Amino acid sequence: MAVGEAIPPTASRAALLVLADGRFPAGGHAHSGGAEAAVKAGRVRDAGTLEAFCRGRLHTAGLTAAGLAAAAAAGLDPLALDEAADARTPSPALRAAARRLGRQLTRAVRATWPSPELDALAAARPRGAHQPIVLGLAARAAGLTPLDAAYAAVYESVSGPATAVVRLLGLDPFDATGVLARLAPELDAVAARAADAARGGLDALPAGAAPLLDIMAEVHAAWPVRLFAT
Amino acid sequence: MHLDHPDAYPHRHTYSAAHPLRGDGSRRALRIGLGGPVGSGKTATVAALCRELRDRVSIAVVTNDIYTREDAEFLLRNAVLPPERITAVETGACPHTAIRDDISANLEAVEDLEEAVGPLDLILVESGGDNLTATFSKGLVDAQIFVIDVAGGDDIPRKGGPGVTTADLLVVNKTDLAPYVGADLEGMARDAKAQRGDLPVAFTSLAAEGGVGPVADWVRAQLAAWTAGPR
Repeated sequence: MAVGEAIPPTASRAALLVLADGRFPAGGHAHSGGAEAAVKAGRVRDAGTLEAFCRGRLHTAGLTAAGLAAAAAAGLDPLALDEAADARTPSPALRAAARRLGRQLTRAVRATWPSPELDALAAARPRGAHQPIVLGLAARAAGLTPLDAAYAAVYESVSGPATAVVRLLGLDPFDATGVLARLAPELDAVAARAADAARGGLDALPAGAAPLLDIMAEVHAAWPVRLFAT
Repeated sequence: MHLDHPDAYPHRHTYSAAHPLRGDGSRRALRIGLGGPVGSGKTATVAALCRELRDRVSIAVVTNDIYTREDAEFLLRNAVLPPERITAVETGACPHTAIRDDISANLEAVEDLEEAVGPLDLILVESGGDNLTATFSKGLVDAQIFVIDVAGGDDIPRKGGPGVTTADLLVVNKTDLAPYVGADLEGMARDAKAQRGDLPVAFTSLAAEGGVGPVADWVRAQLAAWTAGPR
């Protein structure tokens, strides 16, 4: 295959495993997805409350991120999507975090699946585009589908908090992983819904929001002592 | 070796962390990592190095605190460098991940410093206090210093581990405390030699005037070798 030639879609499903792996070096390990603030507030205390937290995040922030990622993977204009992501992210702290993570993901993907589209986005947004849009372009560059991109986004929306709570509470890692396994059918449904919505274009993208996550993100950002960046 | 088509992705090499040249062909700042256990004197070593070298060398510092900004604030409070030359990276309860397994936040901090304060000669990347297995990725730093101290136990060099064994410089700090904690400095030197072969070891007492001297001399030698490297 010549350099720059697109990899045919579905060429490598295993690429999705690489992209969705929590060890993919794109900065996610420093973020708890709101779990640290929820633990401090006493709302996440055990496996049951972790599951409730993850379910809430999946159907709000997770769905929104998955729609953006699927749309980017489908080839919608990344800069228009970046504005759409801003409009869907009321918390300034979370906007800043999404761009920082987008920049870190850009660095990793330019080394793993280089693509002219991602280079163009990096040039237009040198301080980082919203992470789900970069995730969608990464999936696209890796020959994955919009639905695959949505899967990566929804899995990340729950795996990040679950991992963080293992560190924050000393929660049994088997229990935390059990939470993720129980949520799997819902991950399927939310990813499919996001990919469907992306077929309807920019204005049809989900705009789910969790006001408590937004408010607590602002509070958390002002803590002088914390383990996670968000 | 450049096996890629020369025009396919022109920015690609600027994203290779280990590449020694800037976009304009000049040599980028030398990056030196400092790791080691909690309380061994990493931040004190960074502060002393800045004071010793800052008149001749353009320096910046990245700190990787575990859960606070204390290390960065210590450096700021002691005014070893202007604030725009010090950046803190948040590490999500895993400082060794941020310096070894996922270096993206540290690379960004390094690049932002160079962009904000102009061409630098030296960037010191300080790890959060961590265990004896913590080492820096070669994608992040060009050389690394591992700092231990005599009060942490004089058996640390004998026990080895990646930091003690492979660091480009091993610093054994707080030698002034050796009589009080019953540490055998000669034994530590012998054990370190056995673990490290020809790799250098510096015994320091930062409490003394000029105590960072041996480390500063090593850094100067690294800088000279870096500057003389191929373009």
